Amino acid sequence: MQPVTPNQSKISVKNLNFYYGKFHALKGINMEIPENQVTAFIGPSGCGKSTLLRTFNRMFELYPEQRAEGEIILDGENLLTSKQDVALIRAKVGMVFQKPTPFPMSIFDNIAFGVKLFENLSKSEMEERVEWALHKAALWNEVKDKLQQSGSGLSGGQQQRLCIARGIAIKPEVLLLDEPCSALDPISTAKVEELIIELKQDYTVVIVTHNMQQAARCSDFTAYMYLGDLMEFGPTEQMFFKPQRKETEDYITGRFG
Amino acid sequence: MPDKHLSTQFDSELNMVSSRVMELGGLVESQIRQAVYALSQFNSDVADQVIENESRVNSLEVEIDRDLASIIGRRQPTAVDLRLLLAISKTTANLERVGDEAEKIARMVKSIIKTGNSRSLPASELRVAAEMASGLLRKALDAFARLDTQTALSIMKEDDLIDREFDGFLRILITYMMEDARTISASLDLLFIAKAIERIGDHAKNIAEFIIYIVKGDDVRHTSIEQIESSLK
Repeated sequence: MQPVTPNQSKISVKNLNFYYGKFHALKGINMEIPENQVTAFIGPSGCGKSTLLRTFNRMFELYPEQRAEGEIILDGENLLTSKQDVALIRAKVGMVFQKPTPFPMSIFDNIAFGVKLFENLSKSEMEERVEWALHKAALWNEVKDKLQQSGSGLSGGQQQRLCIARGIAIKPEVLLLDEPCSALDPISTAKVEELIIELKQDYTVVIVTHNMQQAARCSDFTAYMYLGDLMEFGPTEQMFFKPQRKETEDYITGRFG
Repeated sequence: MPDKHLSTQFDSELNMVSSRVMELGGLVESQIRQAVYALSQFNSDVADQVIENESRVNSLEVEIDRDLASIIGRRQPTAVDLRLLLAISKTTANLERVGDEAEKIARMVKSIIKTGNSRSLPASELRVAAEMASGLLRKALDAFARLDTQTALSIMKEDDLIDREFDGFLRILITYMMEDARTISASLDLLFIAKAIERIGDHAKNIAEFIIYIVKGDDVRHTSIEQIESSLK
């Protein structure tokens, strides 16, 4: 595995091991996630890509059997041993899941809810923030006349963009996307992909996807994982045209199995 | 291709298009051989045959391109598969050009026969170069089928020999023209034939470069032999 030295790294992963009980799910991962770039994790089911993503905001701590060893350094601090409130970490490192998860409340409140936890904004400031997030998520024009309607009344693609808007409303530094388009149709997928490319100007984006073409289309760097190992990590163009390792080539060209 | 895809349909599509390239290669090779035969015997009928067969070369090229577009559109190939399909596209174009050269030779042969002074020309001197060129093309197709980079490298080296043979022939031709001005017109036809043969060698060399591109992922066009050699180690 050759290490990548991007312009500047936002997250440094150093010798990260992860266990589900006795199962060793991540084996000594070392990588640098470049700042203001889109990094994609690909690999077959069970390879550890979602697990790795979930360590970046300590999502795994919700489950007692799971533990991580090693270092995940964000802005000079090891997230795994940080004394910071985990909610603050998650405000810095936002996450969007595979299935759209709008809260059972209005579109406006879906976005305002998270913001209220961290900031004390006036009504007009809050309205501004909600509009800003919806603009960023390319959803504003579709929902501006129905902000008080329920978020669950939106289409799947709109719900997913609402979740992205909710994620960016609290102004995180890193946005983690776990299979954000797997439940969406091609048009909604294209919109979310456009959005991902837009978002990297302000955020560091990490995306887990089963759709290799999606990784090829919208990421700058791609990591191929297999059975808990990081097999290859490099510029997306290189990974899809001339990968260094035969294992990567086999997976990318569909020879895996 | 060494390993199989999960999709056997994809494998059979790749095999199908690869075998059509070989079919085109075989056809083009026979076109050269016929054209060279027509030259050595000054046989107008054989030359006509070559000119007639050219349309088959063209239509095969069109069919292969259509197959390639279909595979790329439906499969969105990556890595070695993508390189293979790009290389097939370029190889096919090169083979079609070789077909054009064979046709050109056939037309020149007819033109020389028409002028009537065929016997006084050094046409047989071209035999060596012609045989080298068609042999090189065969070798290139063979190496392409086996994705053999070492043979590809030796083809690149051999192309230089054809180029040197061409220079030698040019000197002979100039002597002929200086001795007898009446041979100038036919000599020029012969010069075009020699140039066509030299071009065939160049196309074989191009195909050899695409083999390295498929296997190594390196674009070795406009690169020195020494550099290619060291990158293959």
